[in-house]
Amino acid sequence: MGIRILKPGLLSTVQDTGRYGHQKSGMVVSGAMDTLALKIGNMLLGNALAEAALECTLSGPELIFERDQLIAITGGNLSPQIDGVPLTMWKPVYVREGAKLSFGKATSGCRTYLSVYRGFDVPEVLGSKSTYLRGGMGGWEGRALKKDDFIPFNAIYQGQHKFDWSAGKYLYPDLSNHKVRVIEGPEFGHFTAESIAAFFSQPFAISNEADRMGYRLTGQTLQRHETKEMLSAAVTFGTIQVPAQGVPIVLMADHQTTGGYPRIAQVISADLTLLAQMQPGREITFELITLEEAQALLLAQEQQMNQLRQTITLKYG
Amino acid sequence: MFAFLQATSNHMQMSNITDPNIVQYYPLGDAAIVLQFGDEISKDINAMILNVAAWLDEYTFEGFVEYVPAFTSITIYYEPWVVRYSEVLSMLKEMIEDMEENENPEPPGTVTIPVYYGGASGPDLNHVADFHQMSVDEVIAMHTQPEYLVYMIGFAPGFPYLGGMDERLATPRQESPRAKVPKGSVGIAGSQTGVYPLETPGGWQVIGQTPLELFDLSKEEPALLRAGQKIRFSPITEEEFLKIKADHGH
Repeated sequence: MGIRILKPGLLSTVQDTGRYGHQKSGMVVSGAMDTLALKIGNMLLGNALAEAALECTLSGPELIFERDQLIAITGGNLSPQIDGVPLTMWKPVYVREGAKLSFGKATSGCRTYLSVYRGFDVPEVLGSKSTYLRGGMGGWEGRALKKDDFIPFNAIYQGQHKFDWSAGKYLYPDLSNHKVRVIEGPEFGHFTAESIAAFFSQPFAISNEADRMGYRLTGQTLQRHETKEMLSAAVTFGTIQVPAQGVPIVLMADHQTTGGYPRIAQVISADLTLLAQMQPGREITFELITLEEAQALLLAQEQQMNQLRQTITLKYG
Repeated sequence: MFAFLQATSNHMQMSNITDPNIVQYYPLGDAAIVLQFGDEISKDINAMILNVAAWLDEYTFEGFVEYVPAFTSITIYYEPWVVRYSEVLSMLKEMIEDMEENENPEPPGTVTIPVYYGGASGPDLNHVADFHQMSVDEVIAMHTQPEYLVYMIGFAPGFPYLGGMDERLATPRQESPRAKVPKGSVGIAGSQTGVYPLETPGGWQVIGQTPLELFDLSKEEPALLRAGQKIRFSPITEEEFLKIKADHGH
């Protein structure tokens, strides 16, 4: 019992909420680019929030269910279909053995999450099922899915088949928004006043060099008045670092644990979903907020998630 | 909630006390705090950082996720919906003020890392030699002479940041990182030298390559090196490089 891949799509990987606790050994965190979508998908199925799902990128896969299953699709809208019939996102959907899931055009965002009841049966590596592509570790054989892969389920679903509710979409951000909020990075003060002004007043675009590790941006080049080489120190998901030629790079889920480039700013956790769903070519403008505001936004999101979880628990009865 | 604070007084037999005034605290985003101890690479600062790490190993706090030691800093990740920055900050300040230096554990032995310098394995060896107006052999001799200290592991799984490189080899990073640097590459960036454990993008000047595996998940402890370890580089020929690689089945 599981799914069989007919076409892998552009990049389909198994991801949970990430591999924590080993960054001191240089082990990359990985995990879903859009953990909000992943967690809502798990919630819809009554799974543990951190359960692994299939992260599908831009051009989704085509796959067959080799057993009846309860699924949910969340995140960016890649026009999912079951046997050619549009599938409603953000709700539990019962699919029959032999059903074919496929995707069409990306109408919003670029990453979608296929969650299944109780998750996929893949081994944990250092406590996580996430795929770390460059390291060839975790997930399904440490790599993106290929044609003819068979990914087994953890459990068989035996509950109700009909669901007349959907949930969670309301706390998902509007993906057409191009404004990404940041707080000051540790080396913010190393940049010239002109560069700081440009950073917040002029848009950047996501270049074609954009993957799970990071997005290289195009736009205004940023200058420092402090030109000393920096000693390597920790970087994280959302860190915006500026190499010597002045073009910023935003670090994403497969970010290295430490880096040596000045960190001008840090995308707030609550806006990582927005960033994760942006494709190459998209414009971004950065807006500066305070750490207190960023933490308040995250706390509010966490409270909404808790409410959603209670609502869903009641629906399952 | 912060039970570990009460536990500090009977911890660690003491000599030197960390001067709380040299520690700077600042956020890295909304889910991490950095403790920075000056801006120079030093064995004393490394010892202080490893003390903070050892202390966190023993007395965790609610909302604690993990820590990442670096040359002059230690970054502590936390869950901001469990504990706020201001709370973590005051906890850590109290910890530093109460902190006394740990007895250093027995230092691990010296690990020898064989390196094939130059050729296709070291595309920037000539650049480094030209930059310093030295011969390639002088660069190799200068790079293999010292005993290096592993200050931190970071950037990629098992990647050691080493102290002890001869300052005369210091070379700026490449202006734009390479998209792919092969596994085992040995490089220089500024006054740092290190080894890439797996293929990854990077901006270091690559001078050679080791056939050893620095991160191997089939081993119980995947990272070959850890902070506090000493290493030495030893030059090998291309034939020796290929033989060691073949013997290890990679």
